[in-house]
Amino acid sequence: MEWKLTDDRPIWMQLSEQMARRIVAGQYPPGSKLPPVRELAADAGVNPNTMQRALAQLESDGLAVSNRTAGRAVTEDAAAIESVRRTMARRITKEFLSAIADLGYTREDALALLKEEEDTHG
Amino acid sequence: MADSLICCRGLSKAYGQRMALQGVDLDLGRGRIVGLLGPNGSGKTTLIKILCGLLRPTQGVVTVDGQAPGPYTKSIVSYLPDRMYFAAWMKATDLFDLFADFYEDFDRQKAMDMCRSLGVDPGDQIKTMSKGTKEKVQLVLVMARKAQLYLLDEPIAGVDPAARDFIMNTILTNYNEAGTVLISTHLISDIERVLDEVVFLQSGRVILHNSVDNIREQEGKSVDALFREMFRAMPMEGGRF
Repeated sequence: MEWKLTDDRPIWMQLSEQMARRIVAGQYPPGSKLPPVRELAADAGVNPNTMQRALAQLESDGLAVSNRTAGRAVTEDAAAIESVRRTMARRITKEFLSAIADLGYTREDALALLKEEEDTHG
Repeated sequence: MADSLICCRGLSKAYGQRMALQGVDLDLGRGRIVGLLGPNGSGKTTLIKILCGLLRPTQGVVTVDGQAPGPYTKSIVSYLPDRMYFAAWMKATDLFDLFADFYEDFDRQKAMDMCRSLGVDPGDQIKTMSKGTKEKVQLVLVMARKAQLYLLDEPIAGVDPAARDFIMNTILTNYNEAGTVLISTHLISDIERVLDEVVFLQSGRVILHNSVDNIREQEGKSVDALFREMFRAMPMEGGRF
């Protein structure tokens, strides 16, 4: 997965969100070791201090745990991961509903559109 | 700040009548990557040359690792000048010999490895190299030292955008973690992601010193956008020109 960084927000926040997305999507499974800070930083083309801050945020969000000898790993707490995943899904759903409402569609129209899309491409 | 690597107090430099730096107060810590940004003629190169001991300040105090620029600071500072100073007949390997001789912290093996990853043949003579390749060789010499302070004056100006990313990556993966990197440039958008903090210079004064993330958080825009805004707006408001 590529890193996408925009100009308007702090870089560490964007990195932290994208790491969180990788964790909830299972790219880094529960309990698995995360790559070292320097490796992730080089991959994203960012300063190691910035990546460090992003990973520290993952820890305070309960998605990662730090082990003094073995580096950083994804939490084994599947419920914590699921809760973050659910929050993300809710936000995406809300964004969809509000964008559809902006176009003048009702909730029923929105549901119908989802169904239609599902039938043709799902 | 007791543990700051660079400390400037009331630093001024005059070239005849012209003030290149005017009362600069600046503290930079260790383990940071710092952008030194400002329009042409704002004093970036002068500040870097004072830090590496090539110029003496007209007024004020500067210390690097607690000492005034001199033999000790030269042993811990790795400097990339804004222009080439090597003899054209030399090969990159001759330069490696020279640096190994002069600097205890020069890592020849690392220099060879960096050449390989940058696609430079160290057996080539300087005069046969393109401008971009020469810049890469210079960068290799500077980054192959295990220095405490890297002073890079316009390290990416002469290379194409694809090589820029590669060079920034080289800097990121090769700097000594306890060391600080000070990069002067006006190509901000190309390096913004790798910087911890930025120092804006204008007419020889520090007009802003903050972390990149603070600037984005407080201003809601990139450092590049802020730079363009600040230096576009200024001549109009004062009417000093």
